[in-house]
Amino acid sequence: MANVLAVLEQRGGVLKQVALEALTAARQLADASGGGGSVDAFVLGPSGMDVSELGKFGADQIMVGESDELSLYQPDSYAAATVKQVQSGDYGAILMAATAMGKDLGPRVAARLDCPLAADVTAFEAGDRLTVSRPVYSGKAVYRLEITASPCVISVRPNVFQPIENARDAATVKITPPDEEVRSRTIEIKEPGKARLDVTEAPIVVSGGRGLKEPENFNLVEDLADALGNAAVGASRAVVDAGWRSHSDQVGQTGKTVSPQLYVAIGISGAIQHLAGMRTSKVIVAINKDKDAPIFKIADYGIVGDLFEIVPRLTQEIKNLRRA
Amino acid sequence: MKIAVCVKRVPDTETRIKIGADGKSIDEDGVKFVLNPYDEYAIEEALQLKAKVGDGEVVAIALGRDTSQETIRTALAMGVDRGVLLQTESVSLDPVAVGKVLAAELAGYDLILFGKLAIDDYSQAVGTIVAELLGIASVSAIGHLEIADGKGTAEREIEGGVEVVEFSLPAVVTADKGLNEPRYPALRGIMMAKKKPLEVKPVELDGGGITVSDLTLPPERPEGRILGEGPDAVPLLIEALRTEAKVL
Ligand SMILES: Cc1cc2nc3c(=O)[nH]c(=O)nc-3n(C[C@H](O)[C@H](O)[C@H](O)COP(=O)(O)OP(=O)(O)OC[C@H]3O[C@@H](n4cnc5c(N)ncnc54)[C@H](O)[C@@H]3O)c2cc1C
Ligand SMILES: Nc1ncnc2c1ncn2[C@@H]1O[C@H](COP(=O)(O)O)[C@@H](O)[C@H]1O
Repeated sequence: MANVLAVLEQRGGVLKQVALEALTAARQLADASGGGGSVDAFVLGPSGMDVSELGKFGADQIMVGESDELSLYQPDSYAAATVKQVQSGDYGAILMAATAMGKDLGPRVAARLDCPLAADVTAFEAGDRLTVSRPVYSGKAVYRLEITASPCVISVRPNVFQPIENARDAATVKITPPDEEVRSRTIEIKEPGKARLDVTEAPIVVSGGRGLKEPENFNLVEDLADALGNAAVGASRAVVDAGWRSHSDQVGQTGKTVSPQLYVAIGISGAIQHLAGMRTSKVIVAINKDKDAPIFKIADYGIVGDLFEIVPRLTQEIKNLRRA
Repeated sequence: MKIAVCVKRVPDTETRIKIGADGKSIDEDGVKFVLNPYDEYAIEEALQLKAKVGDGEVVAIALGRDTSQETIRTALAMGVDRGVLLQTESVSLDPVAVGKVLAAELAGYDLILFGKLAIDDYSQAVGTIVAELLGIASVSAIGHLEIADGKGTAEREIEGGVEVVEFSLPAVVTADKGLNEPRYPALRGIMMAKKKPLEVKPVELDGGGITVSDLTLPPERPEGRILGEGPDAVPLLIEALRTEAKVL
């Protein structure tokens, strides 16, 4: 594989966890098929970012474009800066995480470079040609696609490529983003009330459904998430449509696709559209009073019974465990 | 105001996917096809905008086989004024190749709406690509939109927050769930849709830089276990998560 440009994401000047995942994926891509490719990490953001960690995770060079204008994701400026970097180097692939930013930036860069785009990739094989795997049809099938042009843009699904240390002596290079005609401008990020992890990024997701009966009972789900730590709270569409939870928490076909290490479904029946959003989770636990609920078909572990008895006990035992 | 909405024909969400004999596509036998759910939000937003502005036209455009006429008719039944089918037997898994063919048809509109994502190929890319090819502004996956005086403001959900984006027209936006409540076609709309103009234009679509190696079903998840009933099963679960699954 040729050289890879890893476009990495920051928020508030701090690199995101997915940045290390994208960098790890880029390293694997550059090292595949005999190796020899180098990885350039590429970060746009406000002045004074700490990017020193990137060498540890496999970057050969760290390209940094800093200006307060680039603090928020600015579609036009980010696309122009990325394209300029690609054109000034010799890259076989431009890789980023399939986050809200990556899903917007990837298509822009591919269109401007007139090169193919493979989005939300979960695996790749690099032989003579690069082949990527992409789940499609709501995760009910997987394409293996051969990329026949170079360069190409690839976005990788969050939580799939776990960060692996691979220390290098990476030099940091300051770059100057081009002046770009701006057609759109991100003016702010409105924060929702609670600063919990997003379901797409969290290593653990605890989701609740209609089985919780009342919106207030979501505190059972929240408490379990708190006890587990590093966990996000998700929801089925039934409870989002009922106004109990915000759409940003919805997991499934018309919500978010998540791949955490652990997914806990509480009082969720497991409709096909819900499974679409979480079936690639590594370990799935289901708690449901109906032993025939479809969720048990894809769960690794299930407990049949009343969630109002089971969940508080589970939360307590996890707390005991964490304390021990 | 000239508004376009791109609509795609996709398998219904409930469809059980079977792999076709070529090993590279689905077996369409017995599959029910529908208008891509996200495109319903795009159509609804277009219709509301037209009503608000008080004049103009909403055009639905689909790229695909003849069968996509049915998808366009659904859009017409919802209230779209006319349809264009960019007709081809080819499919492409490269969203840039798809975007090029659509962009060639989309010059001259004030606003072009797309769904956030097509639930078959899951690319979440075509709308943004079309905007770049046309050299106009775009905001993807929006949950809120306001248009006034040739300018727009959109909100899009990102991890842990909502981005507020201002843009100039002409522009592309791609619609997320929550943008609005799509209407159901009323009987009158369905009758009227039959008489609305639907132009069919043959087009060439190439594969772009992507070739399908194969399409397979995901590996079956290993058979799960019901560990027990009621709260007494909790210690078994903790044990399994610690020693077997090693996630605690
Ligand atoms: C186009 C389309 C898109 C969709 N997109 C999505 C999507 O993105 N995400 C999504 O989730 N859904 C989606 N749906 C909806 C989906 O079909 C289901 O309706 C929804 O997932 C059901 O939510 P639920 O499991 O919370 O509710 P239910 O199906 O009502 O299930 C509730 C479950 O709780 C259990 N229960 C009740 N009381 C208790 C108790 N005391 N203890 C333990 N268990 C209990 C019941 O046994 C039951 O299994 C979509 C549907 C369509 C048509
Ligand atoms: N063949 C097509 N014909 C018309 N619109 C399409 C087509 N493919 C994609 N689109 C539009 O682009 C959106 C995103 O699709 P995708 O990028 O494939 O996930 C869809 O919701 C449609 O609005």
